Parts: sequence; C-alpha cells; structure tokens
Amino acid sequence: MTRHNEIDCDVLVVGAGPAGLSAASELRALGVVRVLVLEREAQAGGVPRHCHHTGFGLRDLHRLLSGPRYADELVRRALASGVQILTATTVTSLEKNGQAHATNSSGVHDITSRAVLLASGARERPRSARLVAGDRPPGVFTTGQLQQWVYGKGLPVGTRALVIGAEHVSFSAMMTLRHAHVKPVALVTDLEEHQSVAPFAFAARRFFGVPVWTSTRVVAINGQQRVREVVLEDVRTGAHRVEAVDVVVFSGDWIPDYELARRLGVELDAGTLGPASDDGGRTSVASFYAAGNLLHPVETADVAALRAREVARALVKDLANDSTSSSHDQIAVRVEAPLSWAWPNRFDPLSPVSRVALRAKTFSGSRLLVARQDGREIGRERVGRIVPNRSLSVAGAFLAVADPGRGPVTLSLG
Amino acid sequence: MTQGIVRDTPYDVAVIGAGVVGCAIARELARYEVSVVVLERSGDVGNGTSKANTAILHTGFDCVPGSLESSLVSRGYHLLGAYAEEAGIALERTGGLLVAWDDEQQAALTSLQEKAEKNGYDATQILSAAQVRDREPNLGEGVRGGLAVPGESIICPWSTVLAYALEAASAGVSFLLNAQVTGVARVEGLHVLATGQGDVRSRWLVNAAGLFSSDVDGLCDHDDFTVTPRRGELVVFDKLARDLITSIILPVPTQRTKGVLIAPTVYGNVLLGPTADDVDDPFATATTEQGITRLFEAARKVVPKLVDEEVTAMYAGLRAATQFQDYQIRVHAGEAYVCVGGIRSTGLTASMAIAEYVTGLLGDEGLELTARTLVPETPDMAPLGEQQLRRYLDAAAIGRDPAYGQVVCHCERVTQGEIRDACTGVLGANDLGALRRRTRAMNGRCQGFYCGAEVVALLSELSGRSPAALTGLDS
Repeated sequence: MTRHNEIDCDVLVVGAGPAGLSAASELRALGVVRVLVLEREAQAGGVPRHCHHTGFGLRDLHRLLSGPRYADELVRRALASGVQILTATTVTSLEKNGQAHATNSSGVHDITSRAVLLASGARERPRSARLVAGDRPPGVFTTGQLQQWVYGKGLPVGTRALVIGAEHVSFSAMMTLRHAHVKPVALVTDLEEHQSVAPFAFAARRFFGVPVWTSTRVVAINGQQRVREVVLEDVRTGAHRVEAVDVVVFSGDWIPDYELARRLGVELDAGTLGPASDDGGRTSVASFYAAGNLLHPVETADVAALRAREVARALVKDLANDSTSSSHDQIAVRVEAPLSWAWPNRFDPLSPVSRVALRAKTFSGSRLLVARQDGREIGRERVGRIVPNRSLSVAGAFLAVADPGRGPVTLSLG
Repeated sequence: MTQGIVRDTPYDVAVIGAGVVGCAIARELARYEVSVVVLERSGDVGNGTSKANTAILHTGFDCVPGSLESSLVSRGYHLLGAYAEEAGIALERTGGLLVAWDDEQQAALTSLQEKAEKNGYDATQILSAAQVRDREPNLGEGVRGGLAVPGESIICPWSTVLAYALEAASAGVSFLLNAQVTGVARVEGLHVLATGQGDVRSRWLVNAAGLFSSDVDGLCDHDDFTVTPRRGELVVFDKLARDLITSIILPVPTQRTKGVLIAPTVYGNVLLGPTADDVDDPFATATTEQGITRLFEAARKVVPKLVDEEVTAMYAGLRAATQFQDYQIRVHAGEAYVCVGGIRSTGLTASMAIAEYVTGLLGDEGLELTARTLVPETPDMAPLGEQQLRRYLDAAAIGRDPAYGQVVCHCERVTQGEIRDACTGVLGANDLGALRRRTRAMNGRCQGFYCGAEVVALLSELSGRSPAALTGLDS
C-alpha cells in the first residue's frame, strides 16, 4: 500500500465556511502558529458562495455584502492572517487521539494537531428525510442545490415551482427561482404563519405575487420522467388538492452535518443534533471543538462567524493552560416542548454564560422561561415573541446558580 | 441510447429484457460460440425490478421444497457468491436472524428449520430470547426467540447486473437499449422482433422481460401466466444507523402476515421493508404515505432506535408475481422460444443458476453449444461496498490517478475518477439513475444538496447529453 502523507499543525479546522474561516483567523490573531483549514469543496467560503443576494457581513465585518463577496472577504482575511487553507480536501475520519485522515488528489493524509475545530456546517433536509411519498422524478431540489444549479452551473431549472418551507431561506429560494425565470407559485408551510420577517413575506406577495400557503402540508410528488404535480393537504381539514408544477424546492429544515463528529464518538445534543457543547465549543471529546451551524442550525453567516471567534478564544485559552477540558463533566441544559433546543447545551457553573439561544416548535407571544434543576426552580427570564425556525436570545446569568451536583437544568415555558 | 446496432444477419439468440435474469442468460450464452442480442425497453441494464429490491443473497432456506425455485436459488446462491468475490461485487456475509415475537411465531421456528433442511440448508440454529438479544441488542421489547440463518448475505444488486452485462458485452453480445419489443413474428423459421430501432431477427427467443414477461408471452401467442406487479416500498436509513444491527433481521412468516425485514446494505445503510401490495400498473413505483407509515410502525417494534435516525431514501420496487408460486420457465421447442417468467424476489440470487438452466434447455432443444476457446474475462467492478477499499481511501489508486482523490459526492464519497469511469466505455452511464447505480453518487443523505449541480454538469460533459435532457425537461 502506498504510504500516507504526514501533516502536522497546531490547530486543524474542518470546513472553510464563515465559522471555520473566522475561527481560523482569530486563532492566528491570538498567536497560534500553524492553523490549517481543510475544505472539501473546490473553493473556500461555504454556503454564502452560492447566495447571490445582499445581507452578509453586517454584524461581523460591519459592511453589507453579497454572499460571494462576503465569502471572498473571509477567505482573503484568513489568508492574510497566515492561515493555510487546503481546498478539494475531504476529511474522512477523526480519532480520539486527535489524528485526522483526509483525502485529496495528491493522496491520503494523516494529520496530527493539538486541537481540532469542527465547522462542517449544516444542510437542508431533502425530500426523502421529510418522508414525502410519491414518484422520484428529477425536478426536486433543496435551496442549496438550486443555488449551485442556477448560480454555479447555469443549469436549466424548469418553469413552475413550489417552495416547501416559509422561513428565511425559503424567500432566498424564491428569489433564486425568479432569477432563473421560474415562476414561484407559492411558499408552503404546515405552520399557521411564515417564519421569516414581515417585510420578506410582504414583498413576496406585493411585488412578486407569491403567496405563503399556511397550514398546508406536502403529501406526495407525482411524475415519472419529471415532476408533474404536487399533492397538498390542508392540515386543518385534511382536504387534498393537486398543484401542477415541474419544480419543488425543499427549503430550510436544517440539520447539522454531524457525521465526522458522531463517528468520532462526540456526544450529540438531542435538541440541536449538533455536538453537545458549552459556549466555548468544547465537545464531549477532549481537544475537539465545534463551531458555527454544526452546533445548532442555523444562524445567519455573521452570527455563526462571531460565535466561532468566541470558540477560537476558548480553544486558545485551553491550549495556553494545557487543559484538556471537555463538555463531558459539565451541566447539561435540556428543554421541554414546545422548546426544541437551547445552546449552549452544556455549561460549567464557574464560568458565566452570557447568552442562551433558544428555539421553539410553535408560535407564541412573550412568555416566561423557567429554569429548573432537580425539580427546583433556579431562575426565570421573560422572552419575547416566539417564532419557529428563528432563535431567541436570553441573558444566561440565571445559569450561574446551578449546582454541579444536581444534574441537568431543564428549560420550559411558563 | 443505442449500445449495439441492428444488423441484417440473424442472431442465434435474442434475449428480451436486460434485468438480472436477462443479463445472466446473456453472460452464460457468451461462453459459447453463439451470437446473442439483448433487447431492453429502458435506457439501461438492470433498470426495472433488478434495481429496486432488498439486495439479499438468499440461501433459499424458506423456498417451497422441491420447487424449481428452491433448486435454482440454492445453486444460484453459491454461483453468485463465488462470482461476486471474483468480480469485486460488494458482498457481506452478515447472516440472517428470524425473530419471533409471539407464540405462533415461536412455534413456527421448528417447522422453518425443517423446511430449510428440506431445501438442503442445514446450518440454521434455533436461538433463545437471550441469545437473540445477545446478537442484536437493539431489538425492541418482547423477543421470544429466533432462528439464525448464517448464510444469508447482502450484495450489491446494481454491480451484479452490470458485471453480467459487461462480461457478456466483452464476449461480443450486443445490447440494444431503448428497444422495446412491440411485435414478434415467425418468418422463414426466424423470429422477427419489431423494435423502435428496427427489426431484429434471431433463431431462438428468450423472454426475460420481468414485469412485461406476460406481455411478451402474449406477443408470442402464449398465455401461460399473468404478471401482477407486487409493489414493495422500502425506506433507506442513514449510514449512522448501520451499527444498530449486525445481521439481516427477518420476520417469521405466518398465515396472517409476511412482515418486513430490517437489513444492512453493502453501502453501509439500513434498509426497512418491503410492503407487499398488488398493483395494476407496471410503472407504479411511487411510495405511499400509508406504506411508509406501516413500515415505521413495524420498525418501531423491531428496532425502536431506527426510527430516530434520518431517512436517506424511499423507493418502491415491483416484483413480477404471477398466479403461480414457482418460477415459470417453459420451453416451446417447436417455436424456438423459452419463457423465463414468474421470477420473483429471489431472482437476483438465482440468476446464474437460471442462466445455466435456460442455456441447458436451449442446448437440449437443439441450440448448438460449442464452448469458446477464449473464455470471456470476469470484469473488475468498481468497489461500491463499505467493506471494500473505496477509491477515496486507496492511496495507491490516487497515486496512479489523482481523479480518485477528488471527492465530488461528499455523503457517499464518490470521486471524479469513479464518475468518469462509470460514463466511459461499453454500457457507460448516460442518465442520472444509471450513474447513481454505477457509483452511488447522489444516493447519500443530502440527496444532492452539495453535489447535485456538479454531478449533473459532469454527467452532461461526459455523456454529451444536455442537462435539460438529463433532468427530464426535454421530453
């Protein structure tokens, strides 16, 4: 067997999206000498490369850029700070001793490092994972696939489309369809309202004539050689109807790309499905960190980038202390329905948690968030209006009184 | 797309249907000095029942003893097992485990063991509930006992058909794709087969048309059986579910229900299914909400943790069921016609034995079978199995050809080199389904979120077909 190549670095970053690149730059700024970022795509930059609309960079770069411009800027900054980026290089497995294995066109590589930061991002659940029955013709997309189809390769899409989902990214899918001269017939959500911001939904209807069909569920897709129609159900009445389209875009419903982490043996959080971690991105396996939308899908690129910088700072602190801390012995944060997840979902009561991000499955007005440990209330905070698929943020001070000996903290809505 | 060309001189044998059975027959005939053409209505080999099944290499332990199926499955099991090793077709000898969940099922295990022995398979072993749990700790509550069938194995059905076809083609067999046979006439002792690509003439005719075998039988003025497509819906779970089971978890068949199985796949996934519903339409390969719900209910009992895992794919396949339980292989000697019908779920396993049997029948009835001096070489199939050395991990292969280090489909880790290979040469892929079956590209958990556009662009470049044609926009 041909020999594997040996590569050595201080910190290995897996994934060159906004989180990975921002963390890598921060690591360099904090004095880490050899920072290596491996990216499986041919170009670094992550998902924003394919999002040809503005709105990127506001919170982290304090500028407003298109997705590709933003991605380029993050790559430029990382390279300028001395980060080494290898693209078209796939990390194929990780080992608990810190070793990583990767493949690219120059061979198979064994990489050793002092710490590994996982920033493999998230993907949209495809049609099959949403258990939508019917035929399997071409014409079924996710937003991510559609964007690469249209902007990346200039491939033909079709003529009439339904967008499944009505969260932020669903409106992005609608704009991509319009760019490709495909008529978006409607956005479809099984919830009773859209989950984006009001101006998006208003603009979709008012300027583009695209309604949001609420309380509507996709039952099946029909068509042999090509999508012919979609069967829809009114979830309130159970009535079925058929819409003739040749394109269906499944948008949103994100899931972390956790394969490498899970195969390594990193504990996942039952709510986020990302690695269980504290706000420093420490996972249950020592010297493995996680950042970005791998942790909890999904935040906008700038939020992912900012939080990844915090993970980089925690990582550097641990390296300096020669500490091999992990989230393994920390207090777990669990949620009760209708909450779907909280992050950080692990914490050390000795180090303050500044903010807690939360998600819920159902709409609700302002509510009280109640924290309990071992059945006993330890704190409460008022949270604003709750919209599914969007994060809420509350101050994390209430976690400071948790007792390490009393098990997990459970969050519920009062 | 046409792989072969219609020629004027008659062939010795025309095989209708390029499924696993038709291709196995073509491969077997190719060992003799016989000219063969295979006529296939769709655009690829292995594109019907052969592509959508449970991908199990059966020992034949539960066949009807004494049936033709029983003898051909037992023999086919050994033939294909050996061939797979030789051709590099992914095969894992995981073993099977029938699990009894109630008294009736528990009682049936002994008779199943006896049945297996009547079928010439004596390696089964009755297990206690504790032994079953020990082997499969993720089974749900209520296990009463089980029957181990150590020989049951999983195999790559796609590479199997393709290997047969490639081997046949390398020995000169012509494959005519997109060539549905619409008429059969007897003219001056020859069969004249009308296809969309012109008439094909042959001395002998073999009907291996699967779901369409009774139609073809009708074209030959026979009405020996009726195919009623039996739809089986299947759910493929994410590779991260693979460790939940070690073997093929089978139901105990009873009077009331056939039940569903939970099996690993050679690609590292877990398969749940099939349902069994008779349908009218030989193209009704849609899944249904009811079918999927039924499968999930079954899984929740058998391997409860499975339903928490992500679903990677859902599909339905159609078995060519007839009113008869056994295979319907008939020779009409006077008409130089052999009908190979009623080959149901066990066709993959039995394929090589069916081919031997059919070739024998042809020889008995007067087809001259002279062995070729140059025996066709067994093809070297691309390693699609997780237990094989995949290209992306093969440092030597990447050293020779850097394209094997360039991963295009990230979920299935399919490299550009493999996609190029699959589109090149005889029977190269020229549609997305054909490419998926040859490489696994886009078959993974993201279903093209990451690589869909790249794969279509690559396939278009390599096949010369437009992206619109590849995605059904040009019809």
